[in-house]
Amino acid sequence: MRRSLVILTSVLATGALSLTACGSRDDNGGGDSDNGKTTTLTIGVDAPLSGENSTTGLGLQYGSQIAVDEANEKKLVPGVTFKLKAYDDKAQPATGQTNATAITGDKTAVGAVGPLNSGVAQTMQQVFASANMVQISPANTAPELTQGKDWQTDKKRPFKTYFRTSTTDELQGSFAADYAFNGLKKKKAFVVDDKQTYGAGLAKIFNEQFKKFGGKVVETDHVNTGDKDFGSLVTKIKNSGADVLYYGGQYDESALLTKQMKDAGVKIPLFGGDGMFATTYIEAGGAATEGDLATAIGVPADTLPAAKTFIETYKSKGYKGDYGAYGTYAYDATTAIIKAVKAVVDANDGKVPSDINDLRSKVVDEVQKSDFEGLTGKVAFDEYGDTTNKQLTVYQVTKGEWKAVKTGTADLG
Amino acid sequence: MNTLPQQLANGLLLGSMYGLIAIGYTMVYGIVQLINFAHGEIFMTGAFGAFTVYFYILPDGTAMTVAIPLMLIGGGLVAVLIAVGAERFAYRPLRGAPRLAPLITAIGLSLALQEVVRNFYPGADRAIAFPGLDATHDIGSITIKDADIFLILAAIICMAALAFFVRKSRTGRAMQATAQDPDTAQLMGIDTNRIIVIAFAIGGFFAAVAALAYGLKYGNIDYRMGFLMGLKAFTAAVLGGIGNIYGAMLGGLVLGVAETLASAYIDEIPGMQQLGGQSWANVWAFCLLILVLLVRPQGLLGERVADRA
Repeated sequence: MRRSLVILTSVLATGALSLTACGSRDDNGGGDSDNGKTTTLTIGVDAPLSGENSTTGLGLQYGSQIAVDEANEKKLVPGVTFKLKAYDDKAQPATGQTNATAITGDKTAVGAVGPLNSGVAQTMQQVFASANMVQISPANTAPELTQGKDWQTDKKRPFKTYFRTSTTDELQGSFAADYAFNGLKKKKAFVVDDKQTYGAGLAKIFNEQFKKFGGKVVETDHVNTGDKDFGSLVTKIKNSGADVLYYGGQYDESALLTKQMKDAGVKIPLFGGDGMFATTYIEAGGAATEGDLATAIGVPADTLPAAKTFIETYKSKGYKGDYGAYGTYAYDATTAIIKAVKAVVDANDGKVPSDINDLRSKVVDEVQKSDFEGLTGKVAFDEYGDTTNKQLTVYQVTKGEWKAVKTGTADLG
Repeated sequence: MNTLPQQLANGLLLGSMYGLIAIGYTMVYGIVQLINFAHGEIFMTGAFGAFTVYFYILPDGTAMTVAIPLMLIGGGLVAVLIAVGAERFAYRPLRGAPRLAPLITAIGLSLALQEVVRNFYPGADRAIAFPGLDATHDIGSITIKDADIFLILAAIICMAALAFFVRKSRTGRAMQATAQDPDTAQLMGIDTNRIIVIAFAIGGFFAAVAALAYGLKYGNIDYRMGFLMGLKAFTAAVLGGIGNIYGAMLGGLVLGVAETLASAYIDEIPGMQQLGGQSWANVWAFCLLILVLLVRPQGLLGERVADRA
């Protein structure tokens, strides 16, 4: 008995000592910033960094990382060092919400970049709005995120803290429908989606626009994320006589679907959105992906002169993931936050506002006023928080690589 | 075009795979009354074992006829070692413990295996392309691939061999005796520990066969592939009557066919469009399970055993 008491006491004592140690270190840290030397501000980046969608998610994370590193190197905002903190949402809406809460709870955080998935964004928006913290997604394309539930009839911005550097599915779906009908001369489409916010929304818009152009949608079906066997669906597609399969969703399922479809002798192209525009789609689907198509936001990264250094840095640092889909958009989103902080600091006589809440709300206002040349073109936001850059590109798998076949802006039928 | 023959073939193929995995659940349950939830992950490691042989050991351009038996040996070895290791180090120490303890251990082991593969197998944080057997054959109105033929043949051979083993061999009969009453079997001189290890090993090997078929058929494996397949196979084992090896295969086939037909035809019934299609396949599969268990709680081929919960 006595001995256990001794152990307990010594454990408590050690614990208390180490706590004090931590405390005093923190105090020192705070003292530094008060002296006006440097302040560290955190930008949170949230994306799926493991499991499903992680290839594009990592591209998003490291795109932001490059922007932060450059800003620190060039001392873009004097007296401020930016720190990027990555959060993995595993493409799960609930995890996204937890991460958003963690980011807003971080007293050094000024803004957030991400997420990748529109369904995840829905759970995060309110958290950032309550904390009055800016959130810029480089990848979300669901129209309702910026234009409200009734975006087709009555556009209304739900959250003034939410912005995006990617364009919307309204334009993406129309662009795909236009290319399928007028470019590829396809007349009968089979439309499949994965029932997620992004996939179902995109498939619905494609469906409507394809019919508007004069095409016929022969049948629709839905899959579950995580499904592996599409035998039954493939037989239905074969029997429907469709000449193109449109898929709203991510590459995890579409790569398997296209393989099983081609193996069953259905030689029609699978056409999808930016969610499947990744090298993983070709790696996982193999030769079956040849001739498949995907729309992606913006113009091809490797044709942008401004993106050249970005791509070199990405490759030389050996970052994992695929920057092709959203890396440059994440860079621009992060830069928009950094520039907004600069504007706030400049307006405050070169000092960082001491109240983090004050800083956060001022950053939101400055992001809204963004207007600069980014890697992907002009970065500016309209009254809904959508980018004013409406460029889209159709890519096709040619000899095992995504090749751009058409770039332009969408025609809304 | 009449799609029914093709859809039936799709369902039977999927069902054979469920059945092969379900054998592992049912044999282990029959002998130690343990639901080995890590079995789905043993299936997954079998696939990675086969892939390792193909990608890292065999020289490039090895003919598939040579590669497949070697991949089966590699995958089988990995799956059997992990299954037997799990028995020895995770389940045996808990043999006398309340039944909940090994169940929780199994779930923990399943997560651990997934994370180990994800973190330590190169490139396993995303789907890995597996060599496919993609040449197709048209038989009447049915199109099947070489991988499908492999799957069907493997399922038939494995089932026949297992039936023969359990009925005719000395070890097989010892296994039946252990399943009926482990204590008495031990008194009769049967080394029950050895029998339990053999049950785990057979289950692991069958899972590896299914895993190889999975890779050849879908052309792609990932660290999470065992979760859903394991869950479905477990369902198949319960549907067929857990503890009965023929029940496991029958349950697999019934489940596979039911899922496929439900996703193919339910939306053609007037008024049911909303409830059909691929995304509802699982719902109908589990509805079938509930219906069967309402009428026959012991499963299709299960025996009514009063003293087992």
